[in-house]
Amino acid sequence: MGKYLKTADTDWYKQRLTRVMLCVAGAFFILLLRLFYLQVIEGQELRRLSENNCIRLQSTDAFRGMIFDRNGILLVDNRPAFDLSIILKDAKPVDRTIEKLAKLINVPVSELLKKIGDNKGISSYKPILLKQDIGRDCLAAVEVRKFDLPGIVLNIKPRRHYIKTHSAAHLIGYLSEINSDELKSGKYPECKGGDFIGKFGVEKVFERFLKGERGGRQVEVNVMGQVVKVLKTVDALPGQNIYLTIDYILQKKAEALLEGAAGAVVAMDPETGDILVMASSPSFDQNAFVDGMSHKQWESLISNPLRPMENKAIQGEYPPASTFKIVTAIAGLEEGVIDENTIMNCPGHYKYGNRIYRCWRHGGHGDVNIIKALAESCDVFFYQVGQKLGIDRLAFYAKACGLGFETGINLDNEAAGLVPSAAWKKRRTGIAWQGGETLSVAIGQGYNLATPLQMLVLTSALANGGTRYKPLILESVRTVDGDIVIQSKKQVIGGLPAGKKTLEIVKKGLREVVSSPKGTAHIAYIKNVDISGKTGTAQVVGRHNEPNLSEKDMPDQFKPHAWFVAYAPSENPQIAVAVFVEHGGHGSTTAAPIAREIIMTYLEKDEYGRQLKAESSKQ
Amino acid sequence: MFDRRFVKYFDWGLLGLTFLIGLFGLITLYSAVISATPTPEKTLYFKQIIWYGIGMTGMVLCFLINYKSLYRWSPAIYAVCIVLLIYVLMMGKYVGGARRWLILGPISIQPSELVKIAVIISLARYYSKFADTRGFSLRGLLTPLILTAIPFILIVRQPDLGTAMVVVLIAGFMTVFVKIERRSLLYLITSCTITGPLIWFLLKGYQKERILTFINPNRDPLGAGYHIIQSKIAIGSGMIFGKGFLKGTQNALSFLPEQHTDFIFSVLAEEWGFVGSVVILSLFLLLIIWGLNIAHRCRDPFGTILAVGVTAMMFWQVFINVGMAMGLMPIVGVTLPFISYGGSSIVSIMICVGLLMSISMRRFLIE
Repeated sequence: MGKYLKTADTDWYKQRLTRVMLCVAGAFFILLLRLFYLQVIEGQELRRLSENNCIRLQSTDAFRGMIFDRNGILLVDNRPAFDLSIILKDAKPVDRTIEKLAKLINVPVSELLKKIGDNKGISSYKPILLKQDIGRDCLAAVEVRKFDLPGIVLNIKPRRHYIKTHSAAHLIGYLSEINSDELKSGKYPECKGGDFIGKFGVEKVFERFLKGERGGRQVEVNVMGQVVKVLKTVDALPGQNIYLTIDYILQKKAEALLEGAAGAVVAMDPETGDILVMASSPSFDQNAFVDGMSHKQWESLISNPLRPMENKAIQGEYPPASTFKIVTAIAGLEEGVIDENTIMNCPGHYKYGNRIYRCWRHGGHGDVNIIKALAESCDVFFYQVGQKLGIDRLAFYAKACGLGFETGINLDNEAAGLVPSAAWKKRRTGIAWQGGETLSVAIGQGYNLATPLQMLVLTSALANGGTRYKPLILESVRTVDGDIVIQSKKQVIGGLPAGKKTLEIVKKGLREVVSSPKGTAHIAYIKNVDISGKTGTAQVVGRHNEPNLSEKDMPDQFKPHAWFVAYAPSENPQIAVAVFVEHGGHGSTTAAPIAREIIMTYLEKDEYGRQLKAESSKQ
Repeated sequence: MFDRRFVKYFDWGLLGLTFLIGLFGLITLYSAVISATPTPEKTLYFKQIIWYGIGMTGMVLCFLINYKSLYRWSPAIYAVCIVLLIYVLMMGKYVGGARRWLILGPISIQPSELVKIAVIISLARYYSKFADTRGFSLRGLLTPLILTAIPFILIVRQPDLGTAMVVVLIAGFMTVFVKIERRSLLYLITSCTITGPLIWFLLKGYQKERILTFINPNRDPLGAGYHIIQSKIAIGSGMIFGKGFLKGTQNALSFLPEQHTDFIFSVLAEEWGFVGSVVILSLFLLLIIWGLNIAHRCRDPFGTILAVGVTAMMFWQVFINVGMAMGLMPIVGVTLPFISYGGSSIVSIMICVGLLMSISMRRFLIE
């Protein structure tokens, strides 16, 4: 080892340790200097600041994104609201201040004191909310007497405002105050108590685009708690705007048509999957959720037998009734159990085993082929098709048509409906499948359940030649300046299990439903618009149980549900509609006229343009 | 078997100093916990006393053990700590967005605190084996780099940036102490100055923003920036003689964030003023000098470097914590030894003291 390769020895370490000590001493000297600066040189000033605790943070809420329809009609925005709070530390004497305030805003003193009592333990420099959203008169009164009311703070806050009350309420959803479970869940890291978050519908699903980012200010306040200097400001970032696929003109029309009934109307552009209408009746007032509703209001919403809080278009599961015959027809044609030439005789009933299955028309339809069977909705024809197919083949086709699965629409709580099969029944009830049950399923009256949206997607696929598109509710997300952040694209979720020829036959049948004078929905016939569709009348009680009661005399809850699915024009369809009315009576008399009105509104471009102009000019 | 010289050479001064600072710590914590509204669990004070008891046991065990046996055990200690770190990443308790705690029955511990000691021991072993007066070359520094990088990455993943930073700083302190070869040092410095801006260029906007805010908290006036202002007001308002025990107002009104852990120095400075702060800083300085002096008197390279490492840990934690409270440093969660609330922190610092004692009282033993 040479001179420079000496192993480190004790002396060498000692030498280095001396340097280390010098460095450490230097570091401490820096700390000491800083301490001297803060406590001795700046001490006086910082003591002053500490005595009033006068540097405070005030947060500014972000403007939540607005919601528009596909034509840019504003559906939801924000309005300014004033919240009244008290900062106990500044409000001295508290009792006198509260007394004066109570008189001004017409709230009993005890209620205000209770609010303060509820917030015991919170530091005295933090504001306690006394009253949200005070009216203009109160605002003026408080503002004028500001100097008599130490520690009382007015905060301006943007508040959600649903401009078209009750309209598309289920789709848009609502905001309400975050609850303690949601706060604890960790899903809303930027939220604090008292914040509003989307709880339902679009407001919930697109929360992350809508909410924006909170800002705030560092301010210096005086002894009265009033801001004397704004030290630093971080601007709140407004949320992004949402453009829905909904067409408000149609939406409004659908809601007017459903008025007074329980049910749903959904409409779609069959070429894109854009949802044009999603109406569910009865509806509710979204603003009530923002303003805070009383226990009684909530109770009445929840206990209403017509279930206003349910979005019947996606959550309502009903027997599809005769609209299901579309599936039975496709299965029969594809499996070759019938073809376009197959003729069956309908004497008004069909005997299977030792039971008689009735056709809805007591007199029967005579000789029917598939076209006539669809047009006139002959049950006997489809009983036999179903019987030849058997339940499992029928179930296979129903599932391939998208029934029994969620459509995948971007909303919470979508129902999947039900496609029964032999295995399902065995698993569910332990009892083997009975042959007669297949007959009921074939006309959509068995265990099958479908949502209006599922039937719409199926109808759309028929209309566009066999492609099932995912139902879209979001058209685009845009910044405040209008730049597009996200643009929805159509998404194929599947096809129909039908060849070109099958589709042609089924579509011809559906066209005759409306155009043939004997068709079940001839009522929906309009001269210059060629509509295709299928009616459905879902029996709530067995047809044979109450033979003597005419439907007019039936109590409401025994009346059948009315269905109508349609698309128009028959060639190159532009719109598909599904209408469902709970206990509405016949599909032909209740549901079909609604669909006709919607289609007319959409396709008669002159009138549509006039309405759109009128609606846009309102803003 | 018992060597009477152990009693004779026992470092009573170190023990006294430890008790003195510990007492100071308990008094300050009492004020931070008791007078704060809303009260963050008054029981924290009693828990801290229990932790001191556990820490003391750790200290006694450490000085009873001959530190030289740690040389042999260091790979095992290191491995166990790394396994604990991995375990905590996967199964640890999630508190405030980070996985740092390991639940062992009634107590929860932070393995990252113990890892610091494991890294110190491992580096001391490596450096004492290979050190020469020329210093370490780049190749020689590869092993220490790996030994430090593994726990660093695991702790960053928790995430606990403060502790991860302390691990690197301790390792850096020890490395500089054993000397880096001049040419390698130049290499390191030039490559850092070149890659630094390059990496900066590659970062995304929000990442740059985060780093800038970290370096300069005033960029975030509603978060870290606000905490810094409140902390500075608390410290400054103490002036020369302080507001007196339990009289701190910033603390009482909970203007200070984390006043019983990261910002406890602000509480202390507000109540005891410049005089009190100087006293406590002097005590810390004395402790660090004491540790370095133990390294100085030790005649065995492993013991020397171990003592330096342990002292480096105390130094960095004091420097970063106090510097942060006074607005000199980025805001990171680093505890003030002996004073901040925190079981793992107390136990690990007491173990460090025990190690120093062990080295100190065995200085007469030469192989």
